[in-house]
Amino acid sequence: MVVRHVILRSLSKMLIPLIMLFALYVQFHGDYGPGGGFQAGVIFGAGIILYSLIFGLPKAKMVFRPRVLQYLMAFGVFLYGSVGLAAILKGGNFLDYSHLAHDPVHGQHLGILLVELGVGITVASVMATIFFLFTERRRREDV
Amino acid sequence: MFDPGLFNYWIIMILMMTGLYTVIVKGNLIKKVIGLGIFQVSVIMFFVSMGKVRGGTAPIASESFEVYSNPVPHVLMLTAIVVAVATLAFALALIVRIKEAYDTIEEDEIRELEAGEEG
Amino acid sequence: MHGSGLSISAHLPALQIAVPLLSAVICVLIRKARAAWLLATTVAWAAFAGACVLLNRVILHGTISYEQGGWSPPWGIELRIDLFNALVLIIVTGICAVVISASLTSLSMEVPEKRHNLFYAAFLLCMTGLAGMTITGDVFNIFVFLEISSLSSYALISQGATRRALTSSIQYLVMGTIGGTLLLLGIGMLYMVTGTLNIVDMADQLAMVGPNRTVLVALACVTVGTSIKLAVFPLHIWLPNAYTYAPAIVTAFLAATATKVAFYVLARFIFSIFGVELAFEQMHLDRVLMPLAIVAMFAGSIVAIYQTDIKRMLAYSSVAQIGYMLLGLSMATVPGLTGGIVHLFNHALMKSGLFLVMACVLFRVGSTHIDAMRGLGKRMPLTMAAFVIAGLSMIGVPLTVGFVSKWYLVSAAMEAGQWPVAVLILLSSLLAVVYIWRVVEVAYFQEAPEDAPAVKKAPIGLLVPVWTLVFAIIFFGIFTSLSAGVAGDAARMLLGAG
Repeated sequence: MVVRHVILRSLSKMLIPLIMLFALYVQFHGDYGPGGGFQAGVIFGAGIILYSLIFGLPKAKMVFRPRVLQYLMAFGVFLYGSVGLAAILKGGNFLDYSHLAHDPVHGQHLGILLVELGVGITVASVMATIFFLFTERRRREDV
Repeated sequence: MFDPGLFNYWIIMILMMTGLYTVIVKGNLIKKVIGLGIFQVSVIMFFVSMGKVRGGTAPIASESFEVYSNPVPHVLMLTAIVVAVATLAFALALIVRIKEAYDTIEEDEIRELEAGEEG
Repeated sequence: MHGSGLSISAHLPALQIAVPLLSAVICVLIRKARAAWLLATTVAWAAFAGACVLLNRVILHGTISYEQGGWSPPWGIELRIDLFNALVLIIVTGICAVVISASLTSLSMEVPEKRHNLFYAAFLLCMTGLAGMTITGDVFNIFVFLEISSLSSYALISQGATRRALTSSIQYLVMGTIGGTLLLLGIGMLYMVTGTLNIVDMADQLAMVGPNRTVLVALACVTVGTSIKLAVFPLHIWLPNAYTYAPAIVTAFLAATATKVAFYVLARFIFSIFGVELAFEQMHLDRVLMPLAIVAMFAGSIVAIYQTDIKRMLAYSSVAQIGYMLLGLSMATVPGLTGGIVHLFNHALMKSGLFLVMACVLFRVGSTHIDAMRGLGKRMPLTMAAFVIAGLSMIGVPLTVGFVSKWYLVSAAMEAGQWPVAVLILLSSLLAVVYIWRVVEVAYFQEAPEDAPAVKKAPIGLLVPVWTLVFAIIFFGIFTSLSAGVAGDAARMLLGAG
């Protein structure tokens, strides 16, 4: 079944990198324009899901290992929280980005970038994990 | 009685009641969760329509515009959507487990099975 | 940079939320059950210590306001701690600390060990949500933290040993989501009217706007939404199932905290945002809440009497006890509200004590059915003694906390000239005598069946937490100045009576 969809496979081979690139654009452009971690994470997650729909779950799992995704899920939240705590250590309030760098504006940039990165990583890996877990269930039942 | 200026609230109310009705009446757990989703989406739409300012543009600072829509409700809904997604995913996961444990996702059949356990 | 001691104590409000959240994440990463437990227990006790420091500081220096991200309110998100939520925070973190200490022993029975780290992660997330709801000064944050705590509590409940845990969890999920969404709708309407999300600012703006139809609908939405979470009488359907089929540890935790925080949210909305005048003089909320509270007191207790599963019996008794809290709130007087808040504090101690006793029984006997408890008084003396003391407190016997809260409620009813209500409170206490006595009778005055397997005493890891709570029950029953004194000040503050 996987072998037959030649058009889908070749098209998605072209599209998936673009989708992921677009996700990164939305991610890092989020400070100034519309976008941010949530949207970027979902787009990236959609890329992963599309890949596993077309090329099958086993292959997708070789690329995006569930164990790694679980770590990433936790790491994103951890990054978010640590930025907040780092602000405290630097003498500001919780999540006060202005204290992260010597220049407050620079600090705000850095803070929002890291926080959104954390959000993005978590959202993307959560999306992929949810999809993997559900599809895996059915497979287990079939066997 | 019907004020076209308030049509968004009419739509939201209709959606909301549709969702609530589905949750209450349908016995199939998946349909219940769909109803729940409609219910949540109606409130999300309520917030989004609330933030719209007539004649306002997207709230991105620019010198050529003066009237902006209110971004706060939209940002809030980002979180509410995430909550809705998490709830949906969790509910579906539970339903999968229920299907494995009871071999049905109809509420009345589950209730019969449970009544049998107790008796 | 300041000395680390000073800076940590200044940032305590934010750390109360951030540290449990990050520890939950670490619990996911470390796969060892015991290490995760150790971390979770340490964090919970640290949070409890932090909560005590915060309460102390509020008593000495007044309300604490913490600006997150350095943005000042009403634009930024503020954490705001006054007497009322400092007390609720102590209950949430304290009960969490005690229960999580007990969980190492009890959990191995009900949840497979490889899922323990995820269990503790969910537990800490639930505490994060509840603590966040309690100390935030932003109404939308209340919704977000409510959903964090709700989602993790659905997950915790679904870990129960039988398949009925799954159906109870989804029932709770459906009702809880409707409640949360209604709360969100109410918050949306309030935002429309006031243009702010900060609680203090919102109250000021509302006072200027005055009551209009949107505000009244918002009040209705918020009240119904939180009432579902609070399990107010006709909306309590989810509670008995959820409490019965969840793992014993989870029940002990949720029974003492989740509904209490919902009560806090309801009181916060009614008194700090809408104001007594709008809620009680124009909307006559008391005419709805008081009858429901009284019906809950009786219906909950009467149904409890007929239960054969003791966990389920205690769950129905919770419905009745929530009635007492709601009754205190619906009086909207200083003594009444004091009674409600004191009962919140006291009921948390008694109910988690009783459910922890059930965890002991389940651990040794393997069932919480009333027949399984025959002769347990001799076979598990310390455990059943704890049950008796906590049970006496449920009834409201002097020298226990139960007496303190009943005393406040009855005298508040008398003071308001509602002596029939006072009589009803006493009558419903008699019902509590019946259902507690049933267990005591079976445990102490019936012999264990001949063929019953030998039962050892409860493990020390469970007995210590149980008796910690029992000592708290007696301690706060005798020295009432901390619980009732703070509750009285909190009630005066909420009602604006200085």
